[in-house]
Amino acid sequence: MTENNLTLNFGPQHPAAHGVLRLIMELDGEVVKNLDPHIGLLHRGTEKLAEIKPYNHSIGYMDRMDYVSMMCCEHPYVLAIEKLLDITPPRRAQYIRVMFDEITRLMNHLLWLGCHGLDIGAMALFLYCFREREDLYDCYEAVSGARMHATYYRPGGVYRDLPEQMPKYQANRYISEKKVKRLNYNREGSLLDFIEDFTDRFPSLVDEYETLLTDNRIWKQRTVDIGVVTPERAKDLGFTGPMLRGSGVEWDLRRKQPYEVYEELDFLIPIGLNGDCYDRYLVRVEEMRQSNNIIQQCIQWLRDNPGPVIIDDNRYASPKRSDMKHDMESLIYHFKLFTEGYSVPKGEVYSAIEHPKGEFGVFLMSDGANMPYRMKVRPPSFAHLAAIDEMSKGHMLADVVSIIGTLDIVFGEIDR
Amino acid sequence: MDKNSNIDIINNKLTKFNLTFLNNEQNLILQINQAELINVCKILKTDSDLDYSMLIDVCAVDYLTYGESDWTTNDATNSGYSRAVKQTIIPEADETFTNRFAVFYQLLSLSYNKRLTLKVFTTESNPPSVPSINKIWNSANWFEREAFDLMGIHFKGHPDLRRILTDYGFIGHPFRKDFPTNGNLEVVYDEDEERVIYQPVSISTRPSVPKVIRDKNDRK
Repeated sequence: MTENNLTLNFGPQHPAAHGVLRLIMELDGEVVKNLDPHIGLLHRGTEKLAEIKPYNHSIGYMDRMDYVSMMCCEHPYVLAIEKLLDITPPRRAQYIRVMFDEITRLMNHLLWLGCHGLDIGAMALFLYCFREREDLYDCYEAVSGARMHATYYRPGGVYRDLPEQMPKYQANRYISEKKVKRLNYNREGSLLDFIEDFTDRFPSLVDEYETLLTDNRIWKQRTVDIGVVTPERAKDLGFTGPMLRGSGVEWDLRRKQPYEVYEELDFLIPIGLNGDCYDRYLVRVEEMRQSNNIIQQCIQWLRDNPGPVIIDDNRYASPKRSDMKHDMESLIYHFKLFTEGYSVPKGEVYSAIEHPKGEFGVFLMSDGANMPYRMKVRPPSFAHLAAIDEMSKGHMLADVVSIIGTLDIVFGEIDR
Repeated sequence: MDKNSNIDIINNKLTKFNLTFLNNEQNLILQINQAELINVCKILKTDSDLDYSMLIDVCAVDYLTYGESDWTTNDATNSGYSRAVKQTIIPEADETFTNRFAVFYQLLSLSYNKRLTLKVFTTESNPPSVPSINKIWNSANWFEREAFDLMGIHFKGHPDLRRILTDYGFIGHPFRKDFPTNGNLEVVYDEDEERVIYQPVSISTRPSVPKVIRDKNDRK
């Protein structure tokens, strides 16, 4: 260590830190020599809290893991319970889950694109991305009643079927009838109609983002050859998702270890060549187009195939409200399910899905009780952030912001 | 994926070691001795027929209260919900930690598209320890720090074993089963001293839901 080195504190309240990241940076002039991330400022002990709650009560906690891709965090938890219970949700529920996983992927990538752009100075993009995210939040709201923390996936299916009507704007003294008509133009039909309208519009919107960035000279100067990770290092560092694919490794759990109905769907896996920030940007943008494609296929299937969305087993799924009015047994099942939950057979299981950020896994251990004995979340960004020291060494201070952006970190899941 | 052949391949490649296969073929768990962990991992990573190139996760588990319930009753309606205020009984932990802590490693082979879970019990000493596999898979770095922070397991040979998730100056290992869920200390603003101070917690854990009676409800 030479005396020229400057130790600088970055965060935890810095807007470019994407949350509560604190970095202790050692700089030689403007060149980064060493980075020591301090995390845990958002540690809430979710895994410990899950140990004192019945299985279903923790689904809502999972939403708060990665709070920009909520349903994708519920998914592996629900899958793990289903694996231990040895139950399979109905096909329609699986299609709904896949559709909402992909909607969530769009939400996550839109937030990532907007914030990553904003960090590097592309202000306009942020506004466009958030405009589109708004529609996707409306989809969450229509289906679950909550815009963010949906708690929609349940062991054995999803909580309710897709609604036939979209909520509409109403005129008041601030919003005129004329404007309301314009706002409601795609809300006249069902949720599927609304999503279809979105998917029809979305590819041209991605084109718009790309005109702003892909060939933009400043964007390229800030991202090309920044934070290069070779495929070997990416594997060694535990990278998954777009971070791994950006380095040129063809690996996507949706294709390699398909869960739900991904094996029936037609989509492509984009990979990068150089493993720098620019390639990861291209990978994520192409993933948005592919997700859009998957959503369209799901809409088609869901239109043609009505049916149940949760298994017909009252030990794990709540009976219908209308049955409870006259059927004693349904009432008992309902009471038991919502008070003490259900017992899960002894065993350990690891289930993982392709979360927008990478492999999001849940390791679930049951000792036969109605609460997990141990629940461990495998957050993708945790492994990515661990590599920030290696990725930024030798880069300039301003490039650290590009690298934090390209990691796509969210502290809800890193700190848990 | 043919997992039976996976067992055979692993058995053939690791004949020298003491292996125990747990669980079903769907998600295979391989239990090994902690003294052999480094050598087994080296083979698992470098052998071309195994090629577990990625370490996905490291999870530490505390077996202290495994299979025990807060209420040992066979009749849930025996004395009503007033029992819910009873403090969770934490058994006396003995200092030797016999079969108390285990570490689970999730491995992934990209070329063969296979997963494998390794299970290793820690040493019985205090503090419990296992060898660090950070040199074999670099992704173990933070995952081992996390397990050290939350469970108090020492990873021998880890280059930088610091706390990672808990507060600066935190005492104890919160994910151990003998650590109360509501914690030991809380932070409050003290008006007299005009600063934030630590004091013992003023809340107590109340199990919100009874543990169900296993004998009747466990299906297996």
